[in-house]
Amino acid sequence: MATITLPSGSASQRVPAGRRIDWGQPFVYLVALICIGITVVPIAYVILGGFRTTGQLAAKPNGLPDPWVLDNYAAVLSSPSFWTQVGNSTIAALVTTIGVVLLGVMAAFVIARYEFRGRGTIYTLFTAGLLFPLSVAILPLYLLLQNLGLLGSIIGVIIPQIAFALPTTIVILVPFLRAIPEELEDAASIDGSSRVGFFWRILLPLSSPGLVTVGVLAFVGSWNGYLLPLLVLNDPAAYTLPLGVQAFSTQYSQNTALVLAFTSLAMLPALIFFTLAERRIVGGLSGAVKG
Amino acid sequence: MSSNQFVRHTDNDQSGLPAGRASARPAPGRAEVLPYAPIDRDAAGAGHKRRNRLRGRAEIALFAGPALVVYLLFVMVPVGLAGYYGFFKWNGIGPLTDFVGLDNYVRALSDPVFIGAIGHNFFFVIASLLVQGPIAIGIALLLNRPMRGRSFFRVLVFVPYVLSEVIAGVAWLLLLQPNGPFDALLTSLGLGDAVQLWLGDPTIVLWTMLAVISWKYIGFAIILFLAGLQGVPEELAEAAQIDGASWWQIQRHITIPLLGPTIRIWAFLSIIGSLQLFDLVWIMTGGGPANATSTMATYMINFGFTRSQYGYGSAVAVILFIISFAIAIVYQRFVLRRDTEGALTRRVG
Repeated sequence: MATITLPSGSASQRVPAGRRIDWGQPFVYLVALICIGITVVPIAYVILGGFRTTGQLAAKPNGLPDPWVLDNYAAVLSSPSFWTQVGNSTIAALVTTIGVVLLGVMAAFVIARYEFRGRGTIYTLFTAGLLFPLSVAILPLYLLLQNLGLLGSIIGVIIPQIAFALPTTIVILVPFLRAIPEELEDAASIDGSSRVGFFWRILLPLSSPGLVTVGVLAFVGSWNGYLLPLLVLNDPAAYTLPLGVQAFSTQYSQNTALVLAFTSLAMLPALIFFTLAERRIVGGLSGAVKG
Repeated sequence: MSSNQFVRHTDNDQSGLPAGRASARPAPGRAEVLPYAPIDRDAAGAGHKRRNRLRGRAEIALFAGPALVVYLLFVMVPVGLAGYYGFFKWNGIGPLTDFVGLDNYVRALSDPVFIGAIGHNFFFVIASLLVQGPIAIGIALLLNRPMRGRSFFRVLVFVPYVLSEVIAGVAWLLLLQPNGPFDALLTSLGLGDAVQLWLGDPTIVLWTMLAVISWKYIGFAIILFLAGLQGVPEELAEAAQIDGASWWQIQRHITIPLLGPTIRIWAFLSIIGSLQLFDLVWIMTGGGPANATSTMATYMINFGFTRSQYGYGSAVAVILFIISFAIAIVYQRFVLRRDTEGALTRRVG
């Protein structure tokens, strides 16, 4: 009976709720527009600036492109080094993401669903990693990579990135995997599935929202990574996009418009990716925050 | 799959059922038709249990092993080595012979530039909390209301957070350069007198950096708060509304308190992030001018890499870690402990 009365009750409440929001709406839009102005105008400036010439920029820093110039974007898009950097960033981010998600979900599975001595220690070990920023470990890590012969190679960026992304990944995934009901595991067991079979066939598909979230975080983290590539990659041919942007902006500091075009194109992949994954990020973080 | 056993079940399930006795066989179902009786029921059960425990151990090692190895080798070992190198005067080449004890630590803590860097980190900690927190809560509350184009707004507000530090840094360098677009904007608004050397004046630059940092990271706070708001039940707000509470009263007395755990976790992440600040500062000012924006991390990279003082840089890294760790412990103990729902405090072990 309660289930019948509740919805009708809340439906009648929604009417005044709607009316109340109406008068506040213009204010809400105003504030939202101001916020968006502050966040977006600098980015819009960079993108639009790429359509101007350096002469236009110097003469009228705040003007719109007049006329619109496509040369800067064309120059960047036809430069092989830009595409090399896009390729390097893509490889690094993809391999890092796959590695983090795979290793992370396997470890999180053990922490979430196995009973054994030392489980608490392992979990604490990983959560402690949240407090170890890359900068604390970077000097010895650099020497370690040097000894392993990984300096200058993209693998030397990927492996530490995986290692440093594991704590976040595991902290987010453990509650996810633990939330999957025991009954499912029991049912799988009765149907003749082993624990490993349960992991592959039931747990992984069910926890895919969490996996996507940590995957997105790992991808964005790798794509935007700066300190590690800065130290590990010394050959411009191996540069990732952030290093490329910095090198380009220094090299062509006199040609502001070209730098703006390069920067715009470098930010584009992250923007597209984020727009597509925004819901996942918010959803995944809410899972992590609420436990 | 060759086996149908779960460790958890067989551990509880060895009351002498036929299946339990046939543990040595790959197909337990056949146990009942075996012609001979088991020798010792208990021993058979124990063997079964042991086999499954071994199997469980193997699974644990197989699943958690790779992550643990990578993590230990590339995170824990370097962190430990940083603690070790910190006791040596060492340029990173050749054997570690020049043991200097705590000299590096004494040197760092008596260097006014490093003390200044710690001060800048704490400036960013406090100022980021005070600037980003209230604004982000306000925006999240607004964006949580039903409105047209909400998801569009959400994406746009998060954009700076998605951009890499390098891109944001380079973009702001261009925007803030002398006679650049920002100055032109101020002039066209009639505020030409306010124009400064935004990144060149040591008395201004810290505030400039605070503005850029807030611009860059506020999206993360908003994402977190919006996520937290999804967990705030609407029924409470609706009930309060029926009782005549205004929108602001509902936010003030119901929504924001219920958002408390999220706010406290965000504050934690923000504090740690501000203590470890590196990328944006390194790109935009390199810690300058005249060390006015140096942070512990830029100081460390400056000495460790640029000047090849690996021992000294390591000691600085350890100080950076100890400060972060101490604050994290205190925060965990006195603030996050209140949140039984906190992701960082709950379900450990």
